[in-house]
Formats: sequence, C-alpha cells, structure tokens
Amino acid sequence: MITLTHYMVLSALLFTLGTIGVLTRKNAIVVFMCVELMLNAVNLTFIALSSHLGNMDGQIFVFFIMTVAAAEAAVGLALMIAFFRNRESIDVEDFSLLKW
Amino acid sequence: MYDNLWLIPLFPFVGFLINGLLGKKIRNEKIIGAIATLAIFSSFVVSCHYFMQLLDDPQKIHQVVVAKWITAGPLHVNWEFLLDPLSGLMILNVSGLATLITLYSIGYMHGEEGYARFFSYMNLFAFAMLMLVLGGNALVLFVGWEGVGLCSYLLIGYYYEKKSASDAGKKAFVVNRVGDFGFLLGLFTLFWSLGQKGVWTINFVEIAENVHLLENGGLVVTVVTLCFFLGATGKSAQIPLYTWLPDAMEGPTPVSALIHAATMVTAGVYMIARMNGLFAMAPDTMMTIAIVGAATALFAATIGLAQNDIKRVLAYSTVSQLGYMFLAMGVGAFTAGIFHLLTHAFFKACLFLGSGSVIHGMHHAFHHAHLNDDPQDMRNMGGLRKKMPITFITFLCSTLAISGIPFFSGFFSKDEILWWSFASTRGHWILWAVGAFAALLTAFYMFRLVFMTFFGEQKTAAAAKDHIPESPFVITFPLMVLATLATFGGLLGVPHALGKLFGHMPNILEEFLAPVFEHTQHLHEIHAHGSASTEYMFMSISVAIAVVGIGIAWVMYCKNPELPGRFVAAFPKLHRAVFNKWYIDEFYDAMVVNPTKKLGTVLWQIFDARFVDGLVNGVAKVVRGSGRVLRYTQTGYTHNYALSMAVGVVVIIAICVIN
Repeated sequence: MITLTHYMVLSALLFTLGTIGVLTRKNAIVVFMCVELMLNAVNLTFIALSSHLGNMDGQIFVFFIMTVAAAEAAVGLALMIAFFRNRESIDVEDFSLLKW
Repeated sequence: MYDNLWLIPLFPFVGFLINGLLGKKIRNEKIIGAIATLAIFSSFVVSCHYFMQLLDDPQKIHQVVVAKWITAGPLHVNWEFLLDPLSGLMILNVSGLATLITLYSIGYMHGEEGYARFFSYMNLFAFAMLMLVLGGNALVLFVGWEGVGLCSYLLIGYYYEKKSASDAGKKAFVVNRVGDFGFLLGLFTLFWSLGQKGVWTINFVEIAENVHLLENGGLVVTVVTLCFFLGATGKSAQIPLYTWLPDAMEGPTPVSALIHAATMVTAGVYMIARMNGLFAMAPDTMMTIAIVGAATALFAATIGLAQNDIKRVLAYSTVSQLGYMFLAMGVGAFTAGIFHLLTHAFFKACLFLGSGSVIHGMHHAFHHAHLNDDPQDMRNMGGLRKKMPITFITFLCSTLAISGIPFFSGFFSKDEILWWSFASTRGHWILWAVGAFAALLTAFYMFRLVFMTFFGEQKTAAAAKDHIPESPFVITFPLMVLATLATFGGLLGVPHALGKLFGHMPNILEEFLAPVFEHTQHLHEIHAHGSASTEYMFMSISVAIAVVGIGIAWVMYCKNPELPGRFVAAFPKLHRAVFNKWYIDEFYDAMVVNPTKKLGTVLWQIFDARFVDGLVNGVAKVVRGSGRVLRYTQTGYTHNYALSMAVGVVVIIAICVIN
C-alpha cells in the first residue's frame, strides 16, 4: 500500500535533492531548476496531507505556490539574461563583486 | 499696611533692565544716569515711607509674603520680606548710599565706554542688596547674597580689557564662592536639625522662635553657626577670605565706595545680626568670631601702614573696620556692631568718594600734562588741600570719624565696640587690647594718608602741578552729605554713660533695635557690666590712643618727612613683609590655587584625554576590529549565503524539535 509516509519521504527526498542542487551547482539555470524542484516537493507535501486530512486548504495553497513559482521563474530568467549581457557567463561563482 | 515692600527692590531692578537692554541705544549720558539715579532714589523714598511708618508702629516686626516659591515635601519657601528695625535701617542705608553714589558716578564715569553698562550693574547690585536685607527667609537672603557677589564680579571687572581687573573680578567671585559654600552647609544643617525637632522652616522669624529646640552650646549649633560665619568671612572679607578686597580696588572708585565699603561687605555682619538668636546659642562660635574679627582688624591695619596707593589703604582700612564689626558681634554687642556698620558706611563711603575726587583731579592734571604717572599713588600727591578744599574738608571730617575723635560718629560706635569687647559677659581684655592697638594703627595710617595727600609740599610732577581742579558739584555734593552724616551720625547712638552728662540723651539706636536684639541678650545674659567711671576711663583711653596715633603721623609726615625713610631703612625686612601684605596671597597661591590648577591639568591631560577619550575611542576600536574579522563572511558567493541559510533552517528546526 502507498501510505502517507511514502509521499512524505518522497517529498523530503526531492526537497533535499533540490537543496543540494542549489548549494552545489555552477550553472545558474540549473540552480533555478533546483529551486523549482524544492517548490514542487513542498507542493507534493501539501497535496498528500490535504488528501490525508480531507481538508481542501492544502490544495488551495498549492495553487498559490504554483503561481509564485511561475512568476519567480519569469523574473529569475530575466535576471539571468541581464547578468549574461553584463558578464558573458551565468556561472554563479562569477557573481561575486559584493565581497570583502 | 506694608504690602508694597516689594517695590523697594523692584525699582532698581527696572532701572537695571532699562539701562541694560536699551542703554546702548539711549547713548545720552545724562538720561542713563538719570534713569539709574531715579530708580534707586524711588527705592529710597519708599524705604523712608515704610521706615517712618515703622517708627510709629507699636508692632515692629512685619512679614510680607509675595508669592509661593518652593514646595517640596516638608520644605515650604516663599518669596517673602521681613521689615523690622534692623532691615528698616539697612534699606535706608543701602538705598540712600546707593542714590548718592549713583549720583556721584554720573560725573565720575563721564566719558567711559560702557557708561550704560556701569549704571545697569549698579542698579542690579542695589536690587540684590535690597533683596538680601529685606529677605524674610534664608533663601531670599541667599538670592541677594549671590546677586551681590555677581555684581561685585561684574563691577570689579568693569574694565574687563585690563587683565589685572578681570583677574581681580574672578578672584573676588571665587573667594566669595568658598564662603557661600559655608553658608549653604550651615543653612542645610540648620534646616535639617530643626526639622528633626519637627519644625521644617528657613523663615527668620520662625527660626528665632524655634532655636531653643536645639541644644544650647551643643555641636549642632556650633557647626551651623561656624558654617554661616565662614560665609560671612567670604562676603565681608575677614581672615581667611579677605584677599579679594584689596584687589577689588581695580574697579572704578564708586564701586569701591558702594560695594566694598558701605553695603556688600556688611552683608556678613547683617546676617549674624539677623540670626542673633542662633549665634548667641553657640558661645564657642561667638568667641571665634570675636577673635577672627579682632585679629583681622589688627592684621589689615598693619598692612595699611605701608601702602602707597590711596585706594589700597582704604581697602585695608575697610577690612580692618569690618573686623571691628565682627568683634562686636562676637562679644554680643549686636547694636554696637550695627551702629559701626552705619557710621562706617557714612565715613568710608565719604573717604572712598573723596579719594575718587582726588584721583579724578590728579588724572585730569596728568592727562593735561601728557604724563603717565599713577594718579592713585600718594607719593605723587601732597598739598592738595589748597587745590581741592571741599574734598579736603569732607575727607578730614571722615578721617576724624574713623580715627575715633569725639564727637564724630566713629568715636561713638568704635568706642562702644571696644567697651563691650572688654566689659561684655562674652568679652575678654585681650580682645580689647588688640582692638585698641588696631585703633592706634587706624588713626596713624588714616592721618598718614591725609598728610601725604593734602598737606606738605606738592610732589606732583611740575607739568601737572597747577592743573588739579576741584571736582564738579555732582561729585562734591554726595561728599558733603556723607561728611555731614559722618560727623553728626554718632548722635544716634550716644551711650548712656555720656548721655547722662548732657541732659539724659537717649541711645536712640539701642532703643530702636531693642525688638531685634533685646530678647537674645536678655536670654543669654549678654550685657556690658562695668561702672560708668570704668566706661569713662576706657573712653579716655580710646581718645588718647587716637590722638597719639594722629600725633605720630603728624611727626612722621609733616614735621620730619625724612623719618619714614629712616624707619624703612632700619627695618627693611619688616617693611617688605608688611608692604607685600605678609605674603598671604603668595601663600594661598602655593597652598590652594596652584595645586587646584595642577589638579585641573591632571584631570584634563590624564583623565579626560586618556581615560574618557580612550573609552570612547575604545568603543570605536572594538567595532572596527570586529568588523575587520567579520567581513570575511562576505564572500560574495551566492552559494555560501544559500548554505548559511540552509544551515540556519536546520538549526531552527532542530531547536523546535528538541523542545
């Protein structure tokens, strides 16, 4: 049987993968994708719990998160384009002017 | 009936405001002088009115409350005035003399840069002094006390561009302040001690009614009165706080006459008279006061012997005569002390104004001859009695008074003090001996001054010799009034022993001041005991002393003018010590002034510059140092920031889970 626990564990795994990706990857687009992965993991958690508790609130909130994720993706990609125009690279290690 | 007493200090205050704020705009000397004189004259008129009213009033003690001032717990202080025979005499004395001297100043200060400033300060002084003598409680008195100290500073330092003058002003204020500290300590202790007995007051009438609650002759009254006396030594220039008065001669002569002869310096004596009930309860303090008074009288007289500046001689004379007043207060001769206060005011003001007249004439002559000689140095004078007759006659009358020649005013007052110092239940023959010797010296140095200035050959430089004018009427009129008072003022206090001989002349002053002093003298059995014949003997001794003093002065300065030179040559060290004021100023400099300056330097360079600034700079250093270390966290890598965010989240969750 697929119980709630399975969903929670899957969600946690996806979240962790996303976090590791954010902290480790060089390419900024890949970092964004990992952020999306984290958001979706949270979505999964919400859906699973909503179904389990029989409460619609979780599913409504998922809609919010999806909207935010979409907007954030648009803004983030526009930022990337601006960065690329400046520095000819989207390597996160190159965006380090604000250092000591 | 006495509701408008507040007008008396108000008029000079208004004069101060007008001349102070608008003086620069008015510019007309006559108007400025008129405003100032009218202000203080109005005060005199009102004082006379209330005085006459008091004379006919069977009830002699009146209090007038003007407004509430402080209400803090048990402390209730009002702006209140007290009119009784003592303050009645004082308001007449202060406002009357201030009027004459302000009038005199119109002529004397002619042409000065800060003309309006002078008159506004003189009016402010009159305001403060009147507040002092009319004060119904110790705080109102203290307001006046501080005010006169302030005006003394402002007026001594009137020629503020001259370093010696501004230094003298500072010295006067600082030395006074030391005394004021004593006054405040005494006041606080008195308030507290009476409060412990349940009476929380600083009102003079209430203090007088309740002093009996304190232990007679106990530690508390002795400490309180000694602290008050310290205040008096500062204000009235006694040992140890007299050093400011001779330096105060840097101020214009009218200032010396008003403040440092007739009024401010008498504040200490007045204060003791006002609180006579309290002082009588502390015989130790009274003996201290008498000793200090007698010692000061003698000490200052010795210094006056060798001075060449005419105003310096008069300054030391003032310190000496104030010593007599304190001697009187110390032996319980309150009436005699106030009597001498009044007669001294008359003759000393006349002497100072007269010296001002002489200086004015000498200055005029030197100016005319384009010379830089000192117009105040008696060695440049001589034979002036022909050139300045009115000044001479008035000066001579006042000198006869101060020397104690019968029947001038000084004879009656000084003699009463000397008699009481011997015969009082709180007196001692040594006090009399010191006082008598000081009287001898007084007669000597005063007539030395007269002979050097007005007799003999003219020692003035030839170019200036014939251009010394008699002073204008505006200057000689006050001189004449004061000389008349100095001559006949003594009739106010003819002692009974003499009055008997001339058809039962009453001692008017003693009867008038009885409501103020009689109770205390009766309660503590303070009176002069001795037969009339003993009193006559002492009177004759006083007269003989005065005549001997004058005689020696005549021999040394008129008959054989080379004698002083030979005397100085015979005792050079003694002369130098006396001429240099017994090196007391140098002593104070070494013991007090320089150590204080050093302390200030140490506090500045070490405490402030190193410690306090170090603390402040240290805070800045710590911030900078920690910044220097912490900035390495700002790597600029997004990954590092994201990592720290992730770690933070884990930590918070861990904390929540554990709790």
